[in-house]
Amino acid sequence: MSSVAALSLLLAVLSTQAQKPSDSYLHLSDEGRVISGRWDVSLLDLDEVLGLDVGGDGAITWGEVRAREADIRRYVLGRLALGADGRPCELVTRDTLRIAEYTDGAYAVLAFDARCARPFTRLDVDYSLLFDSDPQHRGIVRVSSGDTDSPLVFSNSRHFAQVRLRAASPWRMAGRMVVEGALHVVSRADHLLFLVALLLPSVLRREGGGPGETTPGFASALWTLVKGVSAFTVAHALTLAAATLGWVSLPARFVGVAIALSLLALAVDNLHPLWRGTRWAVAFVLGLLHGFGFASALAEWGLSAGSLTLALLGFNLGVELGQLAWVVAFLPLAFVLRDSRLYRRAVVVGGSVAIALLAGFWAAERALGLGVPVS
Amino acid sequence: MVLAMAWGWGCGRAPSSLEGAPFVPTSEFVVLAHVPAVDRDVRARERMALRQALARHAGQLDVALQLARVNIEVARARGDSRYLGRAQAALAPWWDLAAPPPGVRLIRATLHHARREYAQALVDLDAAVKEDPGDVASWLLRAEVLGVRGEHAEAARSCARLTALTSPLEVTVCEARVRSLSGHSRQAHQLLAEALTRRGHSQEAQTRALATLAESAALAGDASAARRFFLRALALDPHDADARAAFADLLLDVGRAREAAVVVIDHAQDDRLLLRRVLAENALGTSRAPELAQALARRFEERRLRGDGGLAREEARFALEVEKAPQKALRLALAAWETQREPRDVRLLLEAALAAGEPEAARPALDFLRASGCEDPVLVRLAERVRSVQP
Repeated sequence: MSSVAALSLLLAVLSTQAQKPSDSYLHLSDEGRVISGRWDVSLLDLDEVLGLDVGGDGAITWGEVRAREADIRRYVLGRLALGADGRPCELVTRDTLRIAEYTDGAYAVLAFDARCARPFTRLDVDYSLLFDSDPQHRGIVRVSSGDTDSPLVFSNSRHFAQVRLRAASPWRMAGRMVVEGALHVVSRADHLLFLVALLLPSVLRREGGGPGETTPGFASALWTLVKGVSAFTVAHALTLAAATLGWVSLPARFVGVAIALSLLALAVDNLHPLWRGTRWAVAFVLGLLHGFGFASALAEWGLSAGSLTLALLGFNLGVELGQLAWVVAFLPLAFVLRDSRLYRRAVVVGGSVAIALLAGFWAAERALGLGVPVS
Repeated sequence: MVLAMAWGWGCGRAPSSLEGAPFVPTSEFVVLAHVPAVDRDVRARERMALRQALARHAGQLDVALQLARVNIEVARARGDSRYLGRAQAALAPWWDLAAPPPGVRLIRATLHHARREYAQALVDLDAAVKEDPGDVASWLLRAEVLGVRGEHAEAARSCARLTALTSPLEVTVCEARVRSLSGHSRQAHQLLAEALTRRGHSQEAQTRALATLAESAALAGDASAARRFFLRALALDPHDADARAAFADLLLDVGRAREAAVVVIDHAQDDRLLLRRVLAENALGTSRAPELAQALARRFEERRLRGDGGLAREEARFALEVEKAPQKALRLALAAWETQREPRDVRLLLEAALAAGEPEAARPALDFLRASGCEDPVLVRLAERVRSVQP
């Protein structure tokens, strides 16, 4: 090279730099069913490889970014390979593209799911974004259930890593299933209504015709209720295990209709006792039916044979805990209100009628295949 | 005065505190990022043409070298170090070669120098001047790298090799810079002032001479002359981040924090200059100070995440003057001392050791000052203070 060419570059050659170099931030978290990913990539980097500034005016607008959303996704997701114990995972786009601000400007935020064949204990990450256009690029990758809390730093010379997943431990999985079970209780309409229907008359003594006139003590009411929810749990544990292990299976539509009908029966029993002193038996039947419903949800977790027993136990324990928490939260309220006319008439009778109507509607809907069958 | 008013109006670019939270922009027309405009910017067009040419026929060394050079220029002009990585990418086929073809070593050394990887830069520069003793840029960069590392004698020899190769002013700038780095700023100042009175210099040489002159005046303790020269140097070359940082330091030293803030206000992308902004806003006790300090702390964290220790000097100063964590500052200053020994590094180590109550930790800096015979007043006084509290 001639000295003249070098001299024209002199000032640039002698300058040092202290700006943020190119980084991308990838966060992978094990959601059980899928590995969910969020990947933040600088628009400055994407412009270099994809030419986002179509107008050529030096300003990259949101419109220009959005117009290239498909290209951005293809380019970025095409440069990440995830594997579960060596078997490749499928990366599927989730949500639309968004933007996040970092200290060096705007980044595109890509959300995706990685569908991996479960069960697995080791996640393989092969990161190859941008190294060809900028060897100083780094991929800062966090795996939230990985065996280390510090992020993995991928570079041109180190673009592959294996992460052991902590969630692979059966005990940890069981712990997660406890949470999952508890959440399941409070996030499902038919399950919540079952608890309401069970709770409403429990603070009243039930005599011959309709809601009773004398009142049991708090302990007695609590016992009645705990008996009901525990009967549910035991029953549901039985069918859940049977269905998950593949011993029994019932058509989803049949299960959905039966759940609705049993809820209807429970509500009617509140208005006009059908089973004297054996409400726990109704709860038990309902529990049996629900167990079939949960089995399909559990199947998505892809549990290994080793962790299945613990996971089942954990899930059932979670359901029981969720129900008990619910009882503890609402029983005192019902107990305080039980002598009021409002409670006896409007809440117990009105509530039970509403539940009966809704359950009847669900039964019809599910029987006719109009709605979505419960899973 | 004008500077102070500008500071009053402008807020500069304060990084958002909502960093990382995803959002959907409210309109198609929201501008999210700025890149070189291909339809206006000649260099951007040249860059695009070179990239296309290289894409069509990979392996053309001359095209690749030219693309690398353009990238380095853009990196400096825009203050975006992504372009340094892109310069490296352009030379990918030759980057890892132990004996690359001519031209590659200088680019490789330039990129290492820009990232403060001085040892690696020197390997290439030593080889480059051996292969081509007429390579002006390599001699110059070699002198600079050696000077920054505190190897003043070898740096001066590198400057001397330029005598027959380039303009007298270029040689004088090289020599003056080395003297300034070794604590003889008054001599440096005289050399340059004299050389600048002669006419017929190239724009680059003159710009660089002024910046060096300004820095040596500041080190020699002549604040008003330094201020004048810095303003002229930055008017000629607003992209000189090193000079801008040194100017802000001078203003901070003489208690003109408001002016210092203005000098760096539009350069928040550069971590060195953001540091000066934080120091200035902190000195003024403004409401922006905490937010800016947080942003800078986040930058350091981002650097750490990617395994980059290149900002140890800035982080040490931040720890010392903003976080008031002298132990941490001392640790970082000692880490920086391993790679670079400019007057700023000497001062930082002395100050951190004093603040941490460990004057003996400043021993390397004291030895260094004695060996180079430093005469610059600020460092001499500071060294005396450290010696006076030593057991």
